[in-house]
Amino acid sequence: MTTTIERPEVITPEELGGPDGHHPDAHRGDADHGHHEGPSGIVNWLTSTDHKVIGKSYMITSLVTFFLAGIMAVVIRAQLLDPHTSLVSYQTYNELFTMHGSLMLYLFAGPFAFGGLANYIVPLQVGAPDMAFPRLNALSYWLYLGGVITMLSGFLVAGGAASFGWVAYAPLSNATNSPGAGSDLWLMALALTGFSAIFTGVNLVATILYLRAPGMTMFRVPVFSWNMLVTAILILIAFPVLFAAVVLLFCDRHFGTHIFSVQGGGSPILWQHLFWFFGHPEVYILALPYFGMVTDILPVFSRKPVFGYKGMVFATMSIAALSTGVWAHHMFTTGVVLLPFFSLLSYLIAVPTGIKFFNWIGTMWGGQLSFQTPMMFSIGFLLIFLVGGVTGVLLASPPVDFMTHDTYFVVAHFHNVLIGTAVFAGFAGFYFWYPKMFGRMLREGLGKLHFWFLFVGFWVAFMPQYLLGLHGMPRRVASYAPDTGWTTLNVISTLGSYIIAFSFLFFLVNLVVSWRKPVPAGPNPWDGHGLEWFTSSPPPHHNYTHLPPIRSERPTWDYNHPEHRTVVHKPKDKKSTSPQGDKQAVGAPS
Amino acid sequence: MKVVSLFLVGMAIFFGIIGVTYWFTSYEDAGFLMLIGAALLGLLPGSYYLWWAYHMKLQPEEDPDAAIEDNAGTVDSFPGSSIWPFILGMGAMFTLLTFVFGLWLAPIGGALMLSALIGVTVESRRGGAV
Repeated sequence: MTTTIERPEVITPEELGGPDGHHPDAHRGDADHGHHEGPSGIVNWLTSTDHKVIGKSYMITSLVTFFLAGIMAVVIRAQLLDPHTSLVSYQTYNELFTMHGSLMLYLFAGPFAFGGLANYIVPLQVGAPDMAFPRLNALSYWLYLGGVITMLSGFLVAGGAASFGWVAYAPLSNATNSPGAGSDLWLMALALTGFSAIFTGVNLVATILYLRAPGMTMFRVPVFSWNMLVTAILILIAFPVLFAAVVLLFCDRHFGTHIFSVQGGGSPILWQHLFWFFGHPEVYILALPYFGMVTDILPVFSRKPVFGYKGMVFATMSIAALSTGVWAHHMFTTGVVLLPFFSLLSYLIAVPTGIKFFNWIGTMWGGQLSFQTPMMFSIGFLLIFLVGGVTGVLLASPPVDFMTHDTYFVVAHFHNVLIGTAVFAGFAGFYFWYPKMFGRMLREGLGKLHFWFLFVGFWVAFMPQYLLGLHGMPRRVASYAPDTGWTTLNVISTLGSYIIAFSFLFFLVNLVVSWRKPVPAGPNPWDGHGLEWFTSSPPPHHNYTHLPPIRSERPTWDYNHPEHRTVVHKPKDKKSTSPQGDKQAVGAPS
Repeated sequence: MKVVSLFLVGMAIFFGIIGVTYWFTSYEDAGFLMLIGAALLGLLPGSYYLWWAYHMKLQPEEDPDAAIEDNAGTVDSFPGSSIWPFILGMGAMFTLLTFVFGLWLAPIGGALMLSALIGVTVESRRGGAV
């Protein structure tokens, strides 16, 4: 059934007799805009093309993969608790770290951001009734779910799941060294989730380019949506290359080609080039959405506009562009890549990332900070990602990389980056937008307990791994000799992983409590800035019945705080006046 | 439109420059081709949008002074609910699993995908559930 969508009506403060005491949704309580005839329950889940339903499906599925991969991480750490632990066999250990990485990177961190939160939030932020291609959006989710099922089913087949690491280096990943259906299932899962990501990327680009509300110029689009646009373009660059590489590897495994084998005249290094041409943009596909979330959260809890909005957008573009030219910094030790080129471009990424950091600090500087759970997680992100970024600059130096390559130093570095982004910023976004998505609040106390246990657990788990790496402990080993002196640091690291696992109990309890004893959120519980806070929580079918005038990058704030709005509304007949004119009006409320 | 087209064209120029630089410093063909591919990915839509940015009247979403009513009327027809994306997705999964578990899965995958393709096409033509 198709639905013809009428444009939302404009709503102005004057129509409501001034904004004071009149929240936009006070005007709408009796409206039947939330009413939508359609299937419910499991039929709704199977057939919905609504971006909100699909976004929630994505989020729930990706959180399930996150918890499964987290359990695997705890088993991995338990195995390394001391040199004599034999909790799992070496083969199982290899399967566990492969699936931990694959689930976290391919099936959680990316889909949670661009399939889950972005799917839900981006159409709301730009004032669109849905994603541009709703049925393609639904197809993305089903391909993704197919990928999840396919990858996890590797544990059920003879020979077990894939065990060649999430990077599947040739020749380890060929049919001789990694026989069995588990490896093939891994490849097929990548093909399915790859296409799911590509379709979501297309959808995000089309939505942000063509479905924005009137007045929502590109430089008024919230930074989260800007970052999703850039991420979507990175997806379109990276994932087709991954799919091509997967097809070539499958041909090597089953159809007798020798693309990645030296014996047949092929090149194992080619796999690394193809994989990392996907893999390094992928790191930023995983990071940029989370940068965007934090950029949207910090101003709300600092009660200020974002500092350096355009700087943030250009920094995002620069990071994305540079990230596509640095793939071989993962291949320094192969000895066949151009060290100065990749080292220089890798160093350069620190510049736009530094701009982002200064702007995040500038946003908080002098603001009226309030430390609610999303803000706590955002600050946690800043601290953790900072260390991850700085160790990344170290690793961009070939001599340092030669020394630490394939050691626990690298493991600690990328967990610092990815837990900073996908977990801390990701949960910041989740806590921030949960009231919008479900119309109910999460409990602050439980949220803060979740934060503090996770934050402390993180440092306890990963700081020792830097030292282990510098002491020479290689990654992907299931045991180590007792005389290496690595035991104490491994014990501390394992303890940290237990604290991290424990912290998520607070999160789960929080979800249960909010479900059992809901505290209604209202449309705008945080006094938010973006358009998404203008509509009801959860939003009605097709999102908006009314829209405020859009005169800055924070239209809801302008509407609710006309005395402090970023830009004063200019009538249409005064176009000669700069719409950015009235800068005196900028400021935090008293 | 202009902002996005400049962004895409800028991306193409950047990848073009580093692609050519990479080629003349490394003579490594895989990376060079992928960088040029990325440049084309920016150039093709970017130049198309740029052309339209100068040939199209200012759209309400590009106009900083636009009012919400400037865009009044129908947005578009959006599909309500449809089972076919689910069928197509599952069909794609079974079809790919054929490569792992053997040809016996191919009829299942093929039938699901074919029915979904027919279903979604008919659904779009009739403008309603089939």
